Amino acid sequence: MDIRRAPPSRAASGGVEPRFRQVGFVTAAEPARGPVAPAAASPTASDGLSPVMIPPPLIPVPAPAPASESLMPSSPPPASSYLLEVISDLDDYADDDDIDVSWARPPPPALPEPNKRDLTQTKNEHGPTSVAQKPKLSKAERRAIQESQRAAKAAAKEAGLKPTAMASDASTKISKQPKTAKTSLKKDVNQVNPPVASDKKTGERPPDKDRKKDIPQSRMQFDDAHRVVKAKKRSVVSQSEARNRVELFRHLPQYAHGTQLPDLESKFLQPDLMHPSVYKVGLQYLSGDISGGNARCIAMLLAFREAINDYSMPAEKILNRDLTAKISSYVSFLIECRPLSISMGNSIRFLKNRITKLPLALSESEAKVSLQSDIDRFINEKIIVADKVIVSHAVTKIRDDDVLLTFGSASVVEMIFDHAHELGKKFRVVVVDSRPNHEGQRLLRRLVAKGISCTYTHINAVSYIMHEVTRVFLGASSVLSNGTVYSRVGTALVAMVAHAFGVPVLVCCEAYKFHERVQLDSICFNELGDPDAISRVPRDESLSHLKNWAENENLHLLNLRYDITPSDYVSMLITDYGMLPPTSVPVIVIGSTDMDHLIIVVGFKFLPARIAVLTVHRTGHGTRAHMCTYAKSKAVYQQLMFSVFYSPSENSIFGIRRMADW
Amino acid sequence: MALAAVIRSSRATTMMELEIELKKASDKLKVDSPDDFTCSAAPSFPVAVSWDATSISLSAACDLFMRFVTRTSHLEHEKFDAAKSRLIERGEKFGEISLKARKTIAMLSQDFIHDGCTILVHGYSRVVLEVLKLAASNRKLFRVLCTEGRPDRTGLRMSNELAALGIPVKVLIDSAVAYSMDEVDMVFVGADGVVESGGIINMMGTYQIALVAHSMNKPVYVAAESYKFARLYPLDQKDMTPAHRPIDFGVPVPTGVEVETSARDYTPPQYLTLLLTDLGVLTPSVVSDELIQLYL
Repeated sequence: MDIRRAPPSRAASGGVEPRFRQVGFVTAAEPARGPVAPAAASPTASDGLSPVMIPPPLIPVPAPAPASESLMPSSPPPASSYLLEVISDLDDYADDDDIDVSWARPPPPALPEPNKRDLTQTKNEHGPTSVAQKPKLSKAERRAIQESQRAAKAAAKEAGLKPTAMASDASTKISKQPKTAKTSLKKDVNQVNPPVASDKKTGERPPDKDRKKDIPQSRMQFDDAHRVVKAKKRSVVSQSEARNRVELFRHLPQYAHGTQLPDLESKFLQPDLMHPSVYKVGLQYLSGDISGGNARCIAMLLAFREAINDYSMPAEKILNRDLTAKISSYVSFLIECRPLSISMGNSIRFLKNRITKLPLALSESEAKVSLQSDIDRFINEKIIVADKVIVSHAVTKIRDDDVLLTFGSASVVEMIFDHAHELGKKFRVVVVDSRPNHEGQRLLRRLVAKGISCTYTHINAVSYIMHEVTRVFLGASSVLSNGTVYSRVGTALVAMVAHAFGVPVLVCCEAYKFHERVQLDSICFNELGDPDAISRVPRDESLSHLKNWAENENLHLLNLRYDITPSDYVSMLITDYGMLPPTSVPVIVIGSTDMDHLIIVVGFKFLPARIAVLTVHRTGHGTRAHMCTYAKSKAVYQQLMFSVFYSPSENSIFGIRRMADW
Repeated sequence: MALAAVIRSSRATTMMELEIELKKASDKLKVDSPDDFTCSAAPSFPVAVSWDATSISLSAACDLFMRFVTRTSHLEHEKFDAAKSRLIERGEKFGEISLKARKTIAMLSQDFIHDGCTILVHGYSRVVLEVLKLAASNRKLFRVLCTEGRPDRTGLRMSNELAALGIPVKVLIDSAVAYSMDEVDMVFVGADGVVESGGIINMMGTYQIALVAHSMNKPVYVAAESYKFARLYPLDQKDMTPAHRPIDFGVPVPTGVEVETSARDYTPPQYLTLLLTDLGVLTPSVVSDELIQLYL
């Protein structure tokens, strides 16, 4: 059994249970489940339903409509929250329902769904039954609690929430597919029944409400209809909900992209909404004109720079806070156009940090100038110069008569090839490309124009040509703390094939793209692209079998944008800190924390008697420092070692580990 | 220390000049053959004299010396002479550290050698010799299998020394390593250089031994001083500066036949269990962390 086969419910049940999946419409079984639902406690009831039920189609189900809807406001289901726990624990973000800029948060989805079905009814009816459909025998106990809690809440909330809840449920096709179901059903990605009972989740909410409070929720999970509704209310861009969503990825936002552009363009001339340069950048993201981590980040920062330039502070507000709020609103807009990349997220964090650090005594114009120079410095140091350093390291690994392979189009890799060519090295390049974007073609054109001899192939043939390749150069959107590389979908495949052939894989990534998150699979955090892009085969209309895919309920298209490459397949990371093994990423991530607290730490060291140890945590919103006394908590002291980068001195040779010897 | 002597004798009046002089001296050291160097160096400088494979450790040591000595940023504010004497102090301290390193490593490795164990060593390494010496003097009972270490036949030298210590030694030809790996409990090797990935560059044959040991689940321990940590990152065997050593086959090699004369190979980190260094007992992935912290 793989990792995902051990969902939280297992712990409750205490053992491995065989799970049966029933794929397909389960309408026949629906009525049978009705009576079962209330009898929450009996595991045997679930035996009667032994096939694990996937969310049934949206057919009207009577019963605690209010109950299910009333639970909307409460926290997302236990199952999903487990995963969330895992994810958010690892996150530093202490984010909440508010749209505070968590770059990782995908935008709220759209409107009252384009789709026909009467979701409201469905939801109502599915209230209890959906819970009964819960595939896990182990959920039985939980269901008992849920039922009682739901009953309690039902009366209270019914009247008030029914109208809004219904609307929201109707609007979001996002069903709260429990993550447990998702995890156990991971093999069957393309689910038959699209958006289903959000009600399914409702049952599991109550027990988790408390748990949710403890976990800082950093990312918006689209399975959670309530949050989706809230977020949607604040959105600038109106999105139409996509149809036929893949179940496994229900927690990610998916849009019907085509409809937005004209709408947004018409709004362009309303200046009060948004600064024009930010608007422009958003549109460029939406249409795909700007893509690639560095390009998007630079475009965004330059737009912000202009926005700051034109910013004039209202009299009664404080510059820091007002400007931060403004930047946050810009960021939410950008998120709606296209989910943020990790590089963008890190740079936003940097910018907000700089804004909060502005001394209050500065005048408005001085502050603006300082911020603009900070932005310029960031772009220069972290991107432009970093790229140069990476290129200089990487060309040392290119020898004459090398055959270098690359996938897609990474800006750094292109620079490396250019520079190596200028240095006169003799090598040839194999460009591997994939649908739907064919990014490799742009790279190919540019390389050929420079006179580098190239071979072009699609990713299906990568194992065919790998035997003649000597080095693989890949770009990355980010590198996570456990050394996994988060990059364009298809990269993992190329890396694995290279590893199987014993070809070294060199991943080139600037250090500002590193992230402290840890991700084990490509599912929990990803970006869904436009499914129409897959269905369309350009230039060949005879191959348009998928033209009407949306109408077919049995068909779901999945266009994932990113995937992760485990660190075992990466031979070396080339960053502006030099050439590192993937295991060294956490050191860089820690090392790049703000150095401000360094002074504080050293200062505290010399306090007599009760020495206070300052622990500084990186969070999504700048640094938050807590004070704790050394005497009280050794654990915090240990924490200190990891959150603070001790200043270099003659002792630094002995590393952070030795800090314990103070 | 040659480089410390450079500082002492330098007539530079600013830090920058001094740094430049130091750099020039260390570059010269790296380029010259070790034989020339060892004549001029103080005997305390820990350089293996028998082959040029140590040039990596030499260059790594020089780099580290430079960093260690010039790292003190608060020197800027002091008068230059005071700064210079500080530097000399640090330079000599570095030399002491290097000497003590071997003793620290020997101490740390004692826990790994238990009574009745069989240790496989490869070629002649003074660090490993120190380790075994200490173990013998601690009255541990163990025996050593020593590879011949062609083409230098350093293995014979090693076994000589071990026998002198009263340790039971058995010499193997290099090809007999897999054959004898069953009876081996652990493998101890030295290193010429420890690279950023955590792998080691050592005498030719080390990679082979590590591969065999790994496939038979025997631990491979590398005993290396921390000044051998180098900022290199070989991707494969050929990705290093070549170091050749003529091989004497006893009979003249027929014309038209090429001979592979490389003197060292690279062992990737996945085949190494632990690195025993004066910084402590480390896993291979830590090497890069240390290097980053030093050079950041």
